[in-house]
Amino acid sequence: MVNKLLKIGLFLILSLVIIGAFIYAPLAKGLGEFTRVLYFHVPMAWITVVAFFIGAVYSILYLKKKEHKYDLYAETANQLGFLFVVLATVTGSIWAKMSWGSFWNWDPRETSIFILMLVYAAYFALRSAVEQADRRASLAAVYDIIAFVTVPFFVFIVPRIYASLHPDPLINTQGKIHMSPKMQLVFFTSLFSYTMVFVWMLIMRIKMIKLKLKLKEMEQ
Amino acid sequence: MESLNQKQGLLQTGTNAYLIFKKDLLQEFKTRYALNAIFLFALVTLFAVSFAIGTFNASSDILSALLWIILFFASMSGLSHIFVREEEAHTADTLKLVAKPTEIFLGKLIFNIVLLFMVELLVVPLYVAIMNFTIYHILLLAAALLFGTFGLAGGGTIVAAIIAKSNARGALFTVLAFPILLPVLVTGISVTKNAATEKLFSNPVSELQSLFAFAIVIITAGILLFDFIWNE
Amino acid sequence: MQLIAESITKYFNEHIIFKDIHFAAASGSCLAVLGPNGSGKTTLMRIVSKLLAPTAGTVTFNENGQVLTDTEIRYRIGFLGPYLELYQDLTATENLSFFAKIRGLTDYQPAMNRLLDQFGLKGREEDPVRAYSSGMKQRLKYVFALLHQPDVLFVDEPRSNLDAEGIARVYDLFSEFKKERLLILATNDSEDLQFADERIEIRVAG
Repeated sequence: MVNKLLKIGLFLILSLVIIGAFIYAPLAKGLGEFTRVLYFHVPMAWITVVAFFIGAVYSILYLKKKEHKYDLYAETANQLGFLFVVLATVTGSIWAKMSWGSFWNWDPRETSIFILMLVYAAYFALRSAVEQADRRASLAAVYDIIAFVTVPFFVFIVPRIYASLHPDPLINTQGKIHMSPKMQLVFFTSLFSYTMVFVWMLIMRIKMIKLKLKLKEMEQ
Repeated sequence: MESLNQKQGLLQTGTNAYLIFKKDLLQEFKTRYALNAIFLFALVTLFAVSFAIGTFNASSDILSALLWIILFFASMSGLSHIFVREEEAHTADTLKLVAKPTEIFLGKLIFNIVLLFMVELLVVPLYVAIMNFTIYHILLLAAALLFGTFGLAGGGTIVAAIIAKSNARGALFTVLAFPILLPVLVTGISVTKNAATEKLFSNPVSELQSLFAFAIVIITAGILLFDFIWNE
Repeated sequence: MQLIAESITKYFNEHIIFKDIHFAAASGSCLAVLGPNGSGKTTLMRIVSKLLAPTAGTVTFNENGQVLTDTEIRYRIGFLGPYLELYQDLTATENLSFFAKIRGLTDYQPAMNRLLDQFGLKGREEDPVRAYSSGMKQRLKYVFALLHQPDVLFVDEPRSNLDAEGIARVYDLFSEFKKERLLILATNDSEDLQFADERIEIRVAG
């Protein structure tokens, strides 16, 4: 019952976010209508980071405890991360087309998100190349952790070497938020509700994995 | 007493890593498989590039990028050999029986570092001569190659250990290593551009620092995680 | 030296290889692992010698009530089996010296020469292993497994590729070895079983 109410609540909030993003929130000075995509782009990018972080944590847990379920959790978190990184790329590309003239122009931000996709595509390629389940789990976990410690290098190094056109990230060095209160309201509601969607998806998939494992146990 | 034991343990790890490195070097000198693969790859791409763009046409920006791309993909063709060889010849278990994982990883890492240095020693002067590439700050380039090699060898060695345990050994190596090692490539190119400019246009120290930091991070991660791969 | 294996279980994916294997053995005896092809003899040998981690269960080596560490075990067991190859590009001497040094042996030359002689490889020790016949490779593996004078010897398929003379030498070795030390054989050969004091049979799970 509580679950159902939460789902309905989430549906309502997300509807409000979509309406709010297009109608309620004012445009920042001197920016075009296309900047409204930020209400969707930033949450997607944020969830990507969260999902891959959770994946890396599960990978570490797997190596520590060697329990099969943690490997499956890591895989599922990384799959969701991959879904959101694609969404972040698409929404970012729309901005790039409207603002800089082409969908893709190897801006440092675009480069680093591209690398991120490459790394996790490689992670899935590795998984499909190992048949034995416990070996696959260990190898994938190790690769996931290595990827997670090297990707930050990219995020920090590339923008230092090449100037970026990307607006300041939300959490910038000055700690300022360049948004009017109305924009902030829509923005943070969007951030929160999309994060909740992600959490809901993750919980559902983890439940599915648990059921599958239980089923297998009963078969044996 | 305990610290004495630790000291002895470290000494033994070092000695055994050196023994494994020497064994691999001996094997390499008898077969020259990895050295040939990397060196010939570098040579062929070098001549292809030289042939395609001519001698005087390329800017130092393009030359810096091409140098690192040649070195990078050449090392991709040979760094995995060190572990694949042990798995394919069924000597991995024999080695596991006598040595600790850390010793094995360090031995293999030293081997890959030395291998890359040998290739660079041959290819970089040749590249500079053939492509008519003017380097103003030789020490800067040398430092970039030094730290870059540590990074490439560190990442290459741990990824080699991973793919040696998988079913698709050849195809996977570049796929897995490329995105992880891109920071080395990007920074290396940037430092080399700097070294090829008369007046430095940006501060090379911070870039060298990040190359160095990358090498430290990837080698440390490799040492810590190698056990989990090797014992599979 | 005492070896204790408790409830060893191994799965490959969902496929069970064996379950709940218990046994104990001590120096001065010979243990034989039996089972049809594909029953997991080799897997069990690799688990007991710590080359492979079991899915569940433990293997411990004790001496005078002291549990040995993995490093100590590494120094004190010898192992030969079809999946433990030596380096084909290197000569017999290069192989043996490498393994001896990494095991921390210093004065291994006399023992090496004696063993090479004992297994009839004298005169061929400077040839690369690649040039050896399969029987000679098997003999060299015995030299590798015995060079550091182990307290426990694991032998998987003792007779593989050996001629009658080679088998005789190996049998001499076995009867000598099991007097004071621990010998573990994985075999299906009834003749090998003359040495066995204790047998573990792996049945095909199903």
